[in-house]
Order: sequence, then C-alpha cells, then structure tokens
Amino acid sequence: MNSEPESRNNILLALREILPEKYLLTAKEDLKPYECDGMPAYQRIPIAVALPSTIEEVQKIIRACESQRIPVVARGAGTGLSGGALPHEGGIILGLSRFNTIIDIDHENMTMRVQPGVRNLAISEAAAPYGLYYAPDPSSQIACTIGGNVAENAGGVHCLKYGLTVHNILEVKIITVEGDLVTLGSMTLDTPGYDLLALMTGSEGMLGIIVEVVVKLLPRPLATNVLMASFDAVEDAANAVAIVISKGIIPAGLEMMDNLAIKAAEDFANAGYPVDAEAILLCELDGAEEHLAEQVNIVMVALGEANASNVVMANSEQEKAQLWAGRKAAFPAVGRISPDYYCMDGTIPRKRIAEVLVEIKALSEKYGLRVANVFHAGDGNLHPLILFDAGIDGELEKAEHFGGDILELCVKMGGTITGEHGVGFEKLDQMCVQFNPDELTHFHNIKHAFDPYELLNPGKVIPTLHRCAEVGAMHVHNGELPHADIPRF
Amino acid sequence: MALNITPSSIVDRDISIELQQQVQSSIDLRSPLLIRGGDSKLFYGRDPVETSNILELKNHTGIINYDPTELVVTVRAGTRLLDLELLLEKNQQILSFEPPMFNQQSTIGGVVAAGISGPRRAFSGSIRDAILGVEMINGDGKIVKFGGEVMKNVAGYDMSRLMVRSMGTLGVILNLSLRVMPKPEKEISLILDATQGEGLAYCKQWRTQHLPLSATSWYRGKLYLRLSGSDITIDAALKKLSQQMSFEFLEDDIFFWQSIRNQQHAFFNKVSKPLWRLSLPINTPVMARFEGDLLLEGGGTQRWVSNNAAEKIIRAVVGRHGGYATLFNGQKHLPGVAPFPILAPELHKLQKNLKRKLDPQNIFNPGRLYRDI
Ligand SMILES: Cc1cc2nc3c(=O)[nH]c(=O)nc-3n(C[C@H](O)[C@H](O)[C@H](O)COP(=O)(O)OP(=O)(O)OC[C@H]3O[C@@H](n4cnc5c(N)ncnc54)[C@H](O)[C@@H]3O)c2cc1C
Repeated sequence: MNSEPESRNNILLALREILPEKYLLTAKEDLKPYECDGMPAYQRIPIAVALPSTIEEVQKIIRACESQRIPVVARGAGTGLSGGALPHEGGIILGLSRFNTIIDIDHENMTMRVQPGVRNLAISEAAAPYGLYYAPDPSSQIACTIGGNVAENAGGVHCLKYGLTVHNILEVKIITVEGDLVTLGSMTLDTPGYDLLALMTGSEGMLGIIVEVVVKLLPRPLATNVLMASFDAVEDAANAVAIVISKGIIPAGLEMMDNLAIKAAEDFANAGYPVDAEAILLCELDGAEEHLAEQVNIVMVALGEANASNVVMANSEQEKAQLWAGRKAAFPAVGRISPDYYCMDGTIPRKRIAEVLVEIKALSEKYGLRVANVFHAGDGNLHPLILFDAGIDGELEKAEHFGGDILELCVKMGGTITGEHGVGFEKLDQMCVQFNPDELTHFHNIKHAFDPYELLNPGKVIPTLHRCAEVGAMHVHNGELPHADIPRF
Repeated sequence: MALNITPSSIVDRDISIELQQQVQSSIDLRSPLLIRGGDSKLFYGRDPVETSNILELKNHTGIINYDPTELVVTVRAGTRLLDLELLLEKNQQILSFEPPMFNQQSTIGGVVAAGISGPRRAFSGSIRDAILGVEMINGDGKIVKFGGEVMKNVAGYDMSRLMVRSMGTLGVILNLSLRVMPKPEKEISLILDATQGEGLAYCKQWRTQHLPLSATSWYRGKLYLRLSGSDITIDAALKKLSQQMSFEFLEDDIFFWQSIRNQQHAFFNKVSKPLWRLSLPINTPVMARFEGDLLLEGGGTQRWVSNNAAEKIIRAVVGRHGGYATLFNGQKHLPGVAPFPILAPELHKLQKNLKRKLDPQNIFNPGRLYRDI
C-alpha cells in the first residue's frame, strides 16, 4: 500500500494531467471553503478539489481515482444538512458547480435537460416563459443544485401534492466508479429493466456521479390561495392536518409552526402571524378557479371542526406572499433568537404528530434546550430546530443527543430518521436504530454492486455493522459509554 | 366483462416463516424458485424458470394496516388485487395507478413485481410513484424491511421502488405499503371523432389546460377521454372542452375503461398477432409505420400495436422516437424474441451486478427479466 504522502502526490500528478491548474484546488486556503456542507459541525480538509466542466473530464478523474483507490466525494452547492458532502481526508472533492448549463428546454414534451450544477430555482425561472415550472421547491432552492436534489431526493413545501424529486425527474446520466457513462430512466414512462433511476435518487453520491438530469415540468397552477389557521393548542393544529386530508383534499402545501417559531418568524418577517397562538397551519390550495373556491370552502369547514381559533385567507398576491414570507424565513429567523440551532428531519405518520410534539416538548425540558417546530405537516415531515449555544461547553453534544432521541422517537412511532435531508455523515448512528444488521448488509450489497471498493462517498449513509454493534452497546447502557477508553470509529 | 363480485372477506394469514424456510432451503440447495402470485401475468416477460420448486404467495394474505386518513395501506403480498380494491372502494379511496387485473386471482405482490400500471397512470402516476415500503425475503434468506408508511423517507437506498417491475428477480415481496388516493367524487367520459393525428393534437393541447383528465384512449377514429373530480370541476371542464370540439358522452364508461385496463377491449381480444407495447415520449407524433391496428393510451405515451412486422423493425422505429417496444404476449407468438428491450451494455452490466449481489445463488425467478437476470 502507498504511504499517504505518496498516494497524495500520485493522484495530484494524475489530476494535473486532466484539469487546468485553476480548476484543481490544492492550497489550504482554497480547500477551506469545501471543508463542510450546510452542517458545519463536521469539517475535514480533502487532498484536493477538482472542478471539471465536461463529462470526459469527470470520467478521467474518476478513472484516475479508481485506479489509485482514492475516495471521491461529489459536491453540488454544499447546502446539504447531514454532512453528505463532507470531504474524506484521503480523498478528493468532485465539485460540479461548473456544470451549470441548461442544455435544452423542450416545452412541448414539458421537460428540461440540465447539467447537475444548475440551481433548482434557475430551472423554474427558465421554464417560466412557457408557463411551466419544476415542482420540487426546497427552501434552499436559490442555492442548491439539481444534482444535489437528485442525490438527496429533495422535497419542498409543495411535495405533498406534487411529489418529491423522484416523482419529477425522467432521466439521469451518471458516471460509474469505473468511468462508464450510463443513462438511467428515459423520456418515456416505461424504461426497461430495474428502476435504477429510483435507486440513484436519494443515494447521496454513493452509487455514481450524476452528470445530467432531465426534469419534468408542470403547467403553472391557474389559481392559488393561502389560508392561515391559528390554534390555541398544538394538538388541535396537529389533528387538523388529518381532518383536512380526510375530506379528500390534497393541499398544495400544508405547513405547521409552533409558538416559538411563530414569534421568531414574525419578529423577522412581519408576516402578520398571531404571536399568541400556540400553533398555526398554513394551507395552500391550487387548481382551476371553480375548483379552488370549492376546496377553500371544504378546508374552512375542516379547520372549524378542528377548533381553529381563527382562519385568515389571503386576498391578494401580496398577502399570499406575506403569509409565506414568515414560513420561508423561519430558519434564519430562529437563527436570530439563538446562537446556534440544530435542524432535525424525521418523518412520522400524520396521526402521530400531536403525540410526537408532546414528547419533544418533554425532551426539551429534560435537556434544558428550547425547540422551535416548523415543518411539512401534510406529509408528517418534522423539522424540530434545537436551540443551543456551541460556545457553552457540552451544549453541542447535548443538542446532538437530544436530536438523536427525537429521531429514535420517530422510528418508534412508525416513521423514519430522515424525510428529505439524507443520512449523510450525521445520522449514521440512527441508521443502526432504524435498520437491523441484515438490512444494513443488504444496503452494503447494493453499494458493492455499483462500487466494489467503496470509493464513492465512503463512510456515509450506511454504517458498518461494527459501528452499530457499538451503538447498540451504548444504548443498552443508557448513553453511558462502556469502555470509554476504546477509540470509536 | 365487468368484475362485479361481492367482497370475500380478506383472510388474515401470515405465512412469512414458511416462505422464508422454503427460500432458505432453496438457497442451501441452489435450487431456483418460481415465485407465484395469482398467475395472471404468466405470459408477460421471459418464460418462468422450469422447476417444481414453486413459492406460492397466494396464501399470504391480509391487511396489516389501513387508516384511510393516512392515505396508506399496508398489505400482505398474496392479497388479491380485487379484494384490496373493494376494501378501498368502501372507504372512498382508490389505487391511483389502476393496475390491470388480468384475472381475479391477481395478487398485489404480483402487481408490484410486474409494475404494469393502467389508464390513470399518465395522469396520476405509476406504481413506483405510489409504493412507500416493502418487507421482503432477500438473497441471504433474511426478512428485511425498507421504506415504511410515511410519504417521505430517504433513509438508505430506495429498495421499495427497486422491487417494482423487478419481476421477482430480486427477492420475495412479503408485505408492502402503498399510498392510496381519495376516490374522485364523479367520473364521466366523452367520445369524439378524431383521426390519430387529431387525437394526439387534442391530447397535447389539453396538457396545459388544467383539465381533470384521468384517462385518454384512441382507437379506430375515436378519441375517448375520462374526467374525474367534483361536479363543479367537471362542469367547468365540459364548458372548456365544448368550446374546442363537439363530443358525446360515453355510455357504459366504467365498462369501457375496465376493458382497456384489463385488456378485454375488442382490440385486445382480436389480437391474433404479436402484441407490442410502445412506450414513447409524450410528444411523439403519429408513427407512420404503425398505422395498422393500433390503440393509444395516456395521451400517446403508450401505444399498443398488433403487427407482424419483424422485431428489429419495430424496435428500430420506436427507438428513433426515443421510445421502447415491449413484446407483451411474447411466448405465445414469438417465443424466440426477448420480450423486453435490450439495454445498453453498461446499463446491463450494472443491472446484472445488482442481481448478483442481491441474489448471489441466482434463485429468484432467474431469467424472467433478461437471460442472465
Ligand atoms: C436553509 C436550508 C433549507 C433547506 N431546505 C430544504 C428543503 O426544504 N427540502 C430539502 O429536501 N432539503 C433542504 N435543504 C437541504 C439541501 O439544500 C438539499 O439536500 C439539497 O438537495 C442539497 O443540494 P446541494 O447542491 O447543496 O448538494 P450538496 O450539499 O453539495 O450535496 C448533497 C449530497 O449529494 C451528493 N451530490 C451532490 N451533487 C451530486 C452529483 N452531481 N452526483 C452525485 N452526488 C451528488 C453529495 O455527495 C452529498 O452527499 C435545505 C438546506 C438549507 C441550508
């Protein structure tokens, strides 16, 4: 085996043959911006950052890395919230930011072919002249890339009705670890063979490098409306979600905020939120005019049944935008009321929302850390924001434990540890809770079918059985680490 | 013939352990297994493996969890599609992908494994869009569970969707969770005269008009469309449509769409030649080579052709349009022809690697999808 500096030099030598100097970053200060993604708690410096702009360059880079067994971590915009694009110390970052061309807008087929570094919002902007848009709209859509969206199966406020990334793409081209260019999916509804497009979606850079994406476009809704319902009890707001759905209505978006989030957002965005309400629901409805009016009536009745203390309906485009402004600014708004926050991403069955919020509140008291809840209630995707101060010794660890407890609670309630932010590096331990060793082995088998030497984003998403054995042991001992002197990995 | 059966109550019977034992001994003996649900799609795909080692799923039945307000049902794979749909119907819900029921024994596990969706599919999504979770027996003989009952779940690789249209080659589906949808308040269907070209042009113009379309079909100079929604929505749609064309209401529309869905329509009954399913990009024009007997669905994205043309020609023409041709009833008419389109070599390699890793003893329906898969 090569010694570390030697393997470093060899790969740099190979990469210099492939890329012009300015697109191969190796200086400490140039590598620094790549040390973490949107989850700054984890940081590592890679050997180099390669910034190719053609498929051929990506193929050559991958082949060079494969032959020298150098790990490759793909990176889009680095907005991921689970450490998915966290570098590997012995590996390179493959940055796709220069793949930012819209290749083709086919408005007749209602599709757009784009490079992976194109930003999510740029797609809808380019489609707008044709009256079309791309439905998945993560809150990070100004910055995040479509390649990152596919890799994370990103969702957004409107995915309750319009689906996640996996429902809104037709085809991707990937580079395999061997450097082959392979097309997954097609422009038709039935692609032969296994559905590798679905498998690639949400695989977090572990199975291949996405170098091209074809997205589906939808006609812009004819009309939309936004309702805001206030509640005196969080449980009522939670139950309202199930009541609305039981009326046969699928809102375009159904979001919930609790009192702490309401207050923070109102302070920040002046959206007109009721700061004394225990919770609000924001409900967006869309459709043809007549259909919209009908839905509004049904939802109004449902909210009444659910004990809403007040319901406001937006009367203009401006009022709609204002109601959404608070929700959209909720994360930065919470950022203002606490030095740090930790965003969780569990999903639970809708009917369990009330119960889970109550338990989170109890945990909040136990840990002595505040929690603001602002989330995609319609599909049961929670985003508890745990407030803490990293400047205070031990608070980060406390927040992490608290977060872990929340995710385990989600699993216990029949849900999952991540709805849209991915496992990345952050939730490896919770994967041990959600999946047993046989299931993890199954995942490793999938990985090995694509990447036998574990060079693509190694050490993420699927924990080793060894790690889980240790986590299991930690659980048995109620968080008190057995053999605390043994190093853990 | 419309299916009009009273609900036989669904038997609650979990035989996972017996099934697992049979799989385990097949692994131990490296003896290929034929996984069998309701035998309703025996004709589809490559020939089933010749063996007496048959894994019968039909007795693994029951509803594990169904809460209509969650819009999810979790069911054992051997449960009949017929029974499941009757249960949903009672709760004013449907499977939005409208899978075919080629016989009444058709099981929901088989529906998922074959991955064939029906008329509603181009408008409200396919099986892979609706599946949320599976519990399965894998190539290690273990019972493993992926996904779940929630709408959003990105923990680990998406094994549930991978099982859709895998034709049982990656493992045995024991239980599965599906998203269900509210049943439309009302459905009506229209019929109008249109050449194939006019039919496609109508479908194209409707795509951006926000109509509550839930199915379209074209056959022999007639275009059929189904509207689904509330009274108000449908009235508004009718008003919009009447400004564009003249139409009549289709009587017996439930029967009509069922005949498309289950291939009991005259077009399918008359098929004495090979039946090809062409999957095409949505904006594909009239394909001159296939003006013979032809039935279109989903705004032209799916076209059925019965044609004696050589396989090569059919695949080449369809390929030029960016589509795929599947020989739907292959064994009967063209036993030598591979039913599924040939994959690009690098793609085939990935698929084969996956099969090898997940089914190392090659026991699950070997060769049903491709010769070596
Ligand atoms: C303020 C804020 C709000 C957010 N809101 C949402 C939200 O509403 N919904 C949501 O789903 N997410 C949200 N996110 C998370 C994040 O934006 C998404 O996960 C997004 O999809 C990541 O895209 P990216 O381009 O930044 O990817 P990165 O962070 O660069 O990478 C994410 C993962 O994808 C892999 N990857 C990236 N590009 C490729 C490629 N071309 N090929 C293969 N693998 C690749 C990386 O290796 C990594 O594992 C939010 C993040 C922030 C900071």
